[in-house]
Amino acid sequence: MSTPNQRLEVTLDTQLESVDLAENIVTRVAEAAGFGEDDLHKLGMAVREGVINAYNYGNCQDKRKKIHLSLEFEPEMMVVHIVDEGCGFELSEIEDPLAEENLLRTSGRGIFLMKAFMDDLAVRRGPTGGADLVLSKKLPHPVSGNGKS
Amino acid sequence: MGDVAIVDFSGKITLGEGSATLRQTIKDLVGRGHRKILLNLEDVDYIDSSGIGELVGAYTHVRSAAGELKLMSLTKRVKDLIQITRLFTVFDVQADESAAMSAFRAK
Repeated sequence: MSTPNQRLEVTLDTQLESVDLAENIVTRVAEAAGFGEDDLHKLGMAVREGVINAYNYGNCQDKRKKIHLSLEFEPEMMVVHIVDEGCGFELSEIEDPLAEENLLRTSGRGIFLMKAFMDDLAVRRGPTGGADLVLSKKLPHPVSGNGKS
Repeated sequence: MGDVAIVDFSGKITLGEGSATLRQTIKDLVGRGHRKILLNLEDVDYIDSSGIGELVGAYTHVRSAAGELKLMSLTKRVKDLIQITRLFTVFDVQADESAAMSAFRAK
């Protein structure tokens, strides 16, 4: 799977079960791509947090909406997109969960954990205006320019 | 043990699995008058932000009832999460039951 420009797309229902499903899909693909146990755990956690975000905040648990998951392999990165059908948001809107006044909040740590577990996190606008979470992780064995690892 | 209620959790504390159980368990214990609660997380191998949120919620619920909640026997992954979220400044995390009991007695 870890050759350039290969892409896997999955459309998930807005339901709790999609959180586990997304995590399982991504970790299985990542395992096939050669990621070790520690990175698999981090990837799984980050995707989990991203889908929870899409489920709770993006799609507001609306079963009529979908969550669009895709995985793509670039020469040096695995890139996961989690796109919801909500209204979108800016990373700058997210309060710092490490700030003293926020430590006792029972929510608000998802974005922070995604950033902690991935090499890069970006938030873009999805095709229908929702959030497109772009999670990137460096491949354990980058693909060389001729497509061979 | 004594006046300390020890709650053993296992598996996951995540959105949809374990989180609701944790919340209800703490609520029930406080409702029954328990004010010293020790959560044994030795067999909890996975916790997400929802689970972290429930732990925080449990802490504040017990504290608002003038009680104490401590955690014990965290796995490395859970400990790392508590560390990176700065919640080690909130939770009293003990290595094992003996240390936890000493910590309760020290107050």
